[in-house]
Amino acid sequence: MQNDIVLTMRGICKYFPGVRALNNVDFTLRKGTIHALMGENGAGKSTLIKVLTGVYPMDEGEIRIDGVEGAISIRSPQEAQTYGISTVYQEITLCPNLTVAENMFIGRTAGKGVDWKAMEKKAGELLDNLGIPARPRQQLGSCSLAVQQMVAIARAVDTDCKVLILDEPTSSLDDKEVEMLFGLMRELKSRGVGIIFVTHFLEQVYAVSDQITVLRNGELVGQFDVKDLPQVKLVEKMIGKDLEDLSGIKNTARAVPDGEAFYAAEDLSSSESRPFDFHIARGEVNGFTGLLGSGRSESVRAIFGADPVTGGTVTVDGKHVKITKPLDAMKHGIGYLPEDRKRDGIIADLSVRENIILALQVIKGMNHPISRAKTEAFADEYIKALNIKTASPETPIKSLSGGNQQKVILARWLLTHPQYLILDEPTRGIDVGTKTEIQKLVLKLAEEGMSITFISSEIEEMLRTCSRLIVMRDRKIVGELTGEELTQEHVMKTIAGGEQ
Amino acid sequence: MSDNKQRVRRLQREPLTDAQMLMIISIGIFAAMYLAAMFTLKGGFLKPQMIFDLLNDNAALIIIACSLTVVMIGGGINISVGGVIGLTVMSCALFLNGTTIESSFTSIALTFLLALGIGLAFGLVEGFLVSYLEIQPFIVTLAGMFLARGLTTILSVNPVKVTHEAFLALVKTKLKISWLGYTAQNGNLIPAKIEIGAIIAVLVVILMALMLRYSKLGRHIYAVGGNQQSALMLGINVKSTIFWSYVISGLLAGLAGFVFLMHKPAGNASVAMRGEMDAIASSIIGGTLLTGGVGNVIGTFFGAMILATIQKIIALSPLNASWWQEMANGAMLGFFIILQSVVLSARSKGRIKLRNKQRKPAAEESPTQVK
Repeated sequence: MQNDIVLTMRGICKYFPGVRALNNVDFTLRKGTIHALMGENGAGKSTLIKVLTGVYPMDEGEIRIDGVEGAISIRSPQEAQTYGISTVYQEITLCPNLTVAENMFIGRTAGKGVDWKAMEKKAGELLDNLGIPARPRQQLGSCSLAVQQMVAIARAVDTDCKVLILDEPTSSLDDKEVEMLFGLMRELKSRGVGIIFVTHFLEQVYAVSDQITVLRNGELVGQFDVKDLPQVKLVEKMIGKDLEDLSGIKNTARAVPDGEAFYAAEDLSSSESRPFDFHIARGEVNGFTGLLGSGRSESVRAIFGADPVTGGTVTVDGKHVKITKPLDAMKHGIGYLPEDRKRDGIIADLSVRENIILALQVIKGMNHPISRAKTEAFADEYIKALNIKTASPETPIKSLSGGNQQKVILARWLLTHPQYLILDEPTRGIDVGTKTEIQKLVLKLAEEGMSITFISSEIEEMLRTCSRLIVMRDRKIVGELTGEELTQEHVMKTIAGGEQ
Repeated sequence: MSDNKQRVRRLQREPLTDAQMLMIISIGIFAAMYLAAMFTLKGGFLKPQMIFDLLNDNAALIIIACSLTVVMIGGGINISVGGVIGLTVMSCALFLNGTTIESSFTSIALTFLLALGIGLAFGLVEGFLVSYLEIQPFIVTLAGMFLARGLTTILSVNPVKVTHEAFLALVKTKLKISWLGYTAQNGNLIPAKIEIGAIIAVLVVILMALMLRYSKLGRHIYAVGGNQQSALMLGINVKSTIFWSYVISGLLAGLAGFVFLMHKPAGNASVAMRGEMDAIASSIIGGTLLTGGVGNVIGTFFGAMILATIQKIIALSPLNASWWQEMANGAMLGFFIILQSVVLSARSKGRIKLRNKQRKPAAEESPTQVK
């Protein structure tokens, strides 16, 4: 064993009832490296992290950490911390009502009192030292999410931290904030901290990591140096099959179907969006694209009536209609899969079955309950059809992986047999395999005559599925691309604007 | 980031926190109300004694309002404090009348301990049920309220007047400050009078303010009220924090009972009826959020003083009737809750806007701030 190794996990096994979450997984972390932990949803990343932080006890295997003789057993996050293992989670786990300094030191100082002066001084030094743009006396809630994230990291590293685990730290940050976070990660790296970086974003892995460990179905695929593993190879290792599946999807531009528009809007505006025109034909797949904050989500929310509609005329199937709230839209055969799955999509504590049945029940009205037997039949049908991985239809949806949750929401809408389905970032934060499945499903539904509006941050995804792209910039539609124009280069140019 | 920038950063004044903002609003309203009363009603409001009267008459309210503030910051509620005062007053009155202990000091000391003991017992049991058994605080303390009221009536259906001479002497003991007094029409100098209870109430406010700001328990209460899950992740013992907040709350309720008895030495089944509601109103007017995590007892003190001033103004005005007072209290509470939500949502909206701005690559600014 080399002595620059800070953490070794050997032969880790973890079983859950009916599932083998981790099977004989090895993991080695070096001092002063950033080590990406990659895998599809359900690959065992979170389980491995939870074993390491003492949230779950492991069933077999041993963990060794630098500076401690022999194997250690970690029974709680607190105990993990005493071994120098700190975790910063995706959701901010700080208190927004307290100051930055307090959030860094509360719960881990000696004595009964609080010495504000000393605490703020120490916090200020640490913040400056790490280059974090926050002030000690600032209320944490007034900081941006990225800064809050960095404060959490500062707190973690101020303890004698050997291993820092960052669990999806970038998922709610924009590019500039991500860069800031990377700066901090590199700084910590240079101080010899070993960082475990869990993320879904491939580019970020390559931007900042030194090593990659790939897990698949609870088993170790391998540990690689970043320079030895090109991006394509990484994806292959993660999904365990060649990329044929991805390229198998039509890459050629699809023709825009002729015929009457199923849905058309003129000067539609909502409290969040500027007036815009929009139409979609039966069987058409189109998409809104643009940078984050360009107004693409706001536009589809206006179509669905998710934000208060302030003006415009809407025609569905040739008839003038009024859509001011989601229920109106649903009654006219429109479905909407929201961008923020956790907040607007799933109802975490309800079962998969109940989540699937929700939209249909709402359309039918509460006075016409769907019989239990029927809901069970529906649930079984769609769990099978969409290949949803769940222990049973009665499992609470929150215990499913992100990709499977997304499929449940998709099932919810498909069950209502919508004629027009809006999918806002259906592939965000889910594994590559499920992404492909969803894209294929979109094309299949369109062939069956459903109109679909698709939004994705990944332009290739949109190019593969959409026959028409509506490009937005600064809350305005700045272009519509069809046919030959549907190339990555062209889309980028339109998004960026200008002549060249 | 350059050293210069950092220095500038350090020197910047921090914008007000939500809690400070709400507290300043309530202090401002109290001052405005009091000044208005001085100019329109004149009379008593021009004498310093008026302030002391407000304190003397509302000492128990101030104490239970602090008690409520502590649990509300922790994200809980305690509606049994009025009942606990009633029970404490009745028990102490019966004890004082029945005691055969010769030393008056001992008997009064025992009465004091009895009051604290009753409050402590309620606090311990309620705290245990809320924190360790995770039962809704509203239900737990509602049960506590019924229990306390029931026990009070069992102890005596009829009012019990304290006849213990030493205690009655204590009731009459007042701190006299002559330079704050005034000259009566017959030429006698009447000094300002402060009751012991009022002094205790002010001490409680100071003590609780220090506890909340400078003790670990105090900060943990804020953290737990702000986000229980996060508090847990930050290594705070959430259960024990909640438990101790109820113990403090109960103790203060018992103390308030003793203070109440020193102001009006008689037990009665309806003593401090709805006192918990006034206490909640005081806390909220003082800037404590029912959702937890925000508030402080200085604000609460002024919240209680606002309610007390309304009462006094109406008593001295031609509108003197209890329903006017209720309506004024209601209007004031409604006004404050609307004001709080407007202020807080305006602030958080400012934040949201700011965050959007940051998403645009060009915008370069520090992560703060809002007016």
